[in-house]
Amino acid sequence: MKKVFGRPEALTDVPTHYCPGCTHGIIHRLIAEVIDELGVCEKTIGISPVGCAVLAYDYFNCDFVEASHGRAPAVATGIKRTLPDSVVFCYQGDGDLASIGAAEIVHAATRGEKITVIFVNNAIYGMTGGQMAPTTLPGQRTTTSPRGRDVESAGHPIRVAELLSSLSGVAYISRVSATSPANVTKAKRAVRKAFETQIEGKGFSLVEFLSTCPINWGMSPLEAMKWIDDKMSLYYPLGDYTRVPEVG
Amino acid sequence: MGEKVLMKGNEAIAEAAILAGCRHFFGYPITPQNEIPEYMSRRMPEVGGVFLQAESEVAGSNMVYGAACAGARVMTTSSSPGISLMQEAISYMAGAELPCVLVNIVRGGPGLGGIQGSQADYFQATKGGGHGDYRLIVLAPASVQELMDLTITAFDLADMYRIPVMILGDAILGQMMEPVIPGRRGKADLPPKTWATVGAKMRPKNVITSLSLDPAKLEQHNFDLGKKYNKIADEQVRYKTYMTDDAETLLVAYGTCARISQAAVDMARERGLRVGLFRPVSLWPFPYEALQLAAEESLRVLTVEMSLGQMVEDVRLAILGSKPVRFYGRTGGMTPTPREVLEEIERIVEEGI
Repeated sequence: MKKVFGRPEALTDVPTHYCPGCTHGIIHRLIAEVIDELGVCEKTIGISPVGCAVLAYDYFNCDFVEASHGRAPAVATGIKRTLPDSVVFCYQGDGDLASIGAAEIVHAATRGEKITVIFVNNAIYGMTGGQMAPTTLPGQRTTTSPRGRDVESAGHPIRVAELLSSLSGVAYISRVSATSPANVTKAKRAVRKAFETQIEGKGFSLVEFLSTCPINWGMSPLEAMKWIDDKMSLYYPLGDYTRVPEVG
Repeated sequence: MGEKVLMKGNEAIAEAAILAGCRHFFGYPITPQNEIPEYMSRRMPEVGGVFLQAESEVAGSNMVYGAACAGARVMTTSSSPGISLMQEAISYMAGAELPCVLVNIVRGGPGLGGIQGSQADYFQATKGGGHGDYRLIVLAPASVQELMDLTITAFDLADMYRIPVMILGDAILGQMMEPVIPGRRGKADLPPKTWATVGAKMRPKNVITSLSLDPAKLEQHNFDLGKKYNKIADEQVRYKTYMTDDAETLLVAYGTCARISQAAVDMARERGLRVGLFRPVSLWPFPYEALQLAAEESLRVLTVEMSLGQMVEDVRLAILGSKPVRFYGRTGGMTPTPREVLEEIERIVEEGI
């Protein structure tokens, strides 16, 4: 019998700890498939964040480093500057990347570090139990915005892809989701392009995933997927964000 | 032996790192250590190394974490407020057992403090400035030559024990110029970095993390770290003595204060006072036993620091109440003069302490 679908070699054969309906698992698989297709597992070093994906190193078959909260791009910089021929990717959530690690991601991007960042934006702090994130939508209820995010006092959500796309060191940025087979296919293309951008030495690359958190959103997995399509992607439009042209 | 060259303390540290084979430097400007990143920005490209000015000390120290993970000999340097910002990465590197060299050219604090020399970061350096049960090896040079030599030693110690090593200097040591014989990297028998994350080629993957959600495993990790720290405490105690054999008054001082105190010892000897100096070179591990022995025949101990009195707590632990331990200090960037120290010696001798 012909095998048409299997576990990518870059993934370990263990069940993940992710909640039902969360798309971390799909995102892990897409990264692993791209690593396999590019044949770079032996020279890939991943960096896991503080957050739900802190244990990502248990799920990938490549070398891995666990960074402190928000500092993955700085750690990745140290690794890539030591091993310029390696493939280095950061896996970061919204609290990690857009709140506590805002400085590190901006500067890694503007330096044009030849790394790839997989940014998982689920508009909430998942691991700590559903607090407000820098990407929580206006009016969205969380355990620290129980009446809904009031932008007058809590400020506005950060659009990371748009923000970083203004920096000259950025070579590729795309925002994707995994809410349908078609979106998963598009997302994989983006992940592959991001890794290729790094391997070709073009500069900094990032793929922002709009991801689900059914548990902390208080939704079923299907409702959560629909909420991304109906709500999140209005504030965070999907698509490529090409960088501004060089000036001068 | 090489030819003597005149060097500034900060430059001696930078060149020592190059001589020790360090090819990765990440740092952020802060007075009074800016000569180090400036020197590295010139020198690293000449030797095929990497100099990168980070966006903050937080990022710079995490770049050190990354480079150390990738097996590099790596260094960052800063001064007090910047070292405070690095405590996160230092704790993570201690937990993940990563070798690196950190330099603190201490200035007056707390807070933004000032930019003059100080020894007020002793607690932070030796008692664990970050969270968790951990130790750094802390070396305290007292001359530009020692800045050079101990920096080279620091890289070997870091690799030997998989531990961050800190050079604790101060603004005076960093800024002063003295003749130096360039050091040479020793032939230390260092373990291969089989743990480094350089790509899982022909071997199972390596993971570097300080996370351990199972408390029993984390306890065991701490026990293992403790064993390592005990081994270092057995093997790496460093100190110097000056005219201690017949000393009735034993001064204890490190770094800049040891230089000042040595001058005070000479002045006291001219006046017929039997005074000597015990100088800890490794602040962690602290030379408790050696100090206890050195103080055995003396009548009193006087600790001199540029702080409100920090190392004096370790001096008291070494002396264990067997004789009076007095403290003399200036702080906030003020420096004691040899005459002030001499006057303090005369005062306590006269008081019959």
